[in-house]
Amino acid sequence: MVEMSFREALNKALAEEMERDSQVFLMGEEVGQYHGAYKVSQGLLERFGDLRVVDAPITEAGFVGLGIGAAHVGMRPVIEVMTFNFAILALDQIVNNAAKLRSMSGGQFEVPIVIRGPAGAGGALACQHSQSLEQQYVHIPGIKVVMPSTPDTAYRLLKSAIRDPDPVIFIESEKLYNMRGPVTEDPENLWPIGKADVTRPGSDVTIVTWSRMLTAVALPAAETLASEDGIDCEVIDALSLSPLDLHTILESVKKTNRCVIVEEGWPKVSVGSWIAAEIGLKAFDHLDAPIERINQKDVPLPYAFNLEEIALPRPADVVEAVRRVCYAK
Amino acid sequence: MAKKAKTPADTSDAPKAAATESVARNPHVPEPKVILPDDKLIEMYRQMLLIRRFEERCAQQYQLQKIKGFCHLYIGQEAVAVGSVAALEPKDYIFQTYRDHGHALIRGISARETMAELFGKATGCSKGKGGSMHLFKASAGMMGGNGIVGGHVPLATGVGWKAMYNKTGEVVLCYMGEAAVNQGVFHESLNMASLWNLPVIYICENNLFGMGTAVHRASAEKDLYMRTAGAYRIRGVRCDGMDVLDVYKTTKEAVERARTKGRPTFIEAVCYRYRGHSMSDPATTYRTKDEVSIWQAKDPMVRLQEQFPGVFTEELLGDMEKEIREIVQDSIRFAEESPFPDESELWTDVHVDYPGYPGPKAN
Ligand SMILES: Cc1ncc(C[n+]2csc(CCOP(=O)(O)OP(=O)(O)O)c2C)c(N)n1
Ligand SMILES: [Mg+2]
Repeated sequence: MVEMSFREALNKALAEEMERDSQVFLMGEEVGQYHGAYKVSQGLLERFGDLRVVDAPITEAGFVGLGIGAAHVGMRPVIEVMTFNFAILALDQIVNNAAKLRSMSGGQFEVPIVIRGPAGAGGALACQHSQSLEQQYVHIPGIKVVMPSTPDTAYRLLKSAIRDPDPVIFIESEKLYNMRGPVTEDPENLWPIGKADVTRPGSDVTIVTWSRMLTAVALPAAETLASEDGIDCEVIDALSLSPLDLHTILESVKKTNRCVIVEEGWPKVSVGSWIAAEIGLKAFDHLDAPIERINQKDVPLPYAFNLEEIALPRPADVVEAVRRVCYAK
Repeated sequence: MAKKAKTPADTSDAPKAAATESVARNPHVPEPKVILPDDKLIEMYRQMLLIRRFEERCAQQYQLQKIKGFCHLYIGQEAVAVGSVAALEPKDYIFQTYRDHGHALIRGISARETMAELFGKATGCSKGKGGSMHLFKASAGMMGGNGIVGGHVPLATGVGWKAMYNKTGEVVLCYMGEAAVNQGVFHESLNMASLWNLPVIYICENNLFGMGTAVHRASAEKDLYMRTAGAYRIRGVRCDGMDVLDVYKTTKEAVERARTKGRPTFIEAVCYRYRGHSMSDPATTYRTKDEVSIWQAKDPMVRLQEQFPGVFTEELLGDMEKEIREIVQDSIRFAEESPFPDESELWTDVHVDYPGYPGPKAN
């Protein structure tokens, strides 16, 4: 393992895959001369030239659609959206083209595109720039959705996403780019799409989460519960939201009989609500308490620092929820 | 619209007044725009007739409820598909809208596969999963019909990107209705195609209506071909979409430019659909019968006959009618006898196969 930042891990994965396959190219706003709005593509223009690291105009539907078009004739585009808030402008291309071309052509076309960039709250960015929108994509059959949580999973999942024959929505987090951690040194040690990680094994309650919530909320809460309450949490990092590794989640719930789902985004019709429904349907008899869900409050995220803080999930929210499902105190 | 675009020495894309004189105003049969060998003329006529007869039977099969859902007929516009596809090489690509039966029939999809697709049968070109609006054939560069107005324009642009990137010399023909030029992605695509020298020809089939909305009620610039040169330095040309030879000549020039210079072109082909927008539209509220008759008098097949009376003898036309009637009849028989897709097909072609997928148990 070698230590690096989340940003460097993504950069390394991109560079290696571009080296490996001439049909991989990176396109997006500011990915070239500016080195990426979040510097993920640092140095790539100099290394691969402007045909493969392409500065696009601010034209999200246009360049996402162009990428889909190139992908379905055999290229492997990595399209960077500056943030997923702006991918909303390209949603038609993703939903009506990327997710449909294989099916409506009767299997004649594949769309091996990666659409990647950050999402979620970045810190006082106000409501239009702070959204967690993964549920928009998870809802759609025909596309895959992954959300890495650490430098290692970022590196290994991005490589899987680029090599995957289906469209992959690869959602990063602004607040994770500087996170440092060990990363595999084996360039073929990919993280399979569709596989969750039991990050912290435990026996008393299952916490399901993904992306930034893992290290920012779930794991700190688990530590508090272990030291203050003697409650042993099993923390599952979903990593791949579609397809979802429901098997790992259900096995854990069958063992712990309790579940708390921690999600950065809003509560209504969300990924967490779907996971809760699946657990209710498939592990109902194993549950000793209602499933709890911790979400962002159901409001546009305010700018004011104090309001933003209370609107987003916090470790204390999870601690309380776990205590409730364990009927502790 | 910037009629006087700032034109530095290098741009060859400024509007050229002489080449873009309005043809829509001329009701008379013009001189042939280009001279082609007889067999090529006959093949063009044959393709137009195939589309016409095929679609007449589609309408009938729709009434019989063998074809369901949305079904958009191309009758009247045949010259656009036939003239433009004739200018392509086999390695080139075409993208269409939902009004795609005509293009399919002359670009690698047999009448059988097309009709079977309309019937929703497993033997259809998209295995029955696409239907009328989504006729695909990858091996023929038939990139399918798209149901979202303007939605396919960036895709075609992306295939142009691939041709430029890999220097394959392929050209992409992207058809659209005139209503699509008001969509954002149209403009986004043209901007990128010009910026990056992509070999894409955007061909706008201006049949004067988007459903019931006349073009002059939807586009502030009535001369659609004027919309691209000033804004994107993409040459805009207008041709007579009721004249297969004019469409051919215009497309041929654009294809050459795309192949040799990598420059995109925007073609406005002025044409008319004789039928309603789709099978559910009687087309009575937004246009007159007289207007339809005026356009029917310019029918592209009649015009070709009138231009080359020596080629299109009664005997030739009679034999052709018979041959085509049989092809269409055979396609209906084939579609009728073909099975619907197996129920297991519900779970295929969604993702690549991977463990746990496909199947009804997949989450
Ligand atoms: C984005 C979108 N909006 C609306 C529709 C519904 N619709 C289908 S065809 C059509 C008219 C399009 O007209 P035009 O582009 O001129 O093509 P034509 O039907 O004349 O061939 C409309 C409004 C659609 N399919 N997609
Ligand atoms: Mg129209």
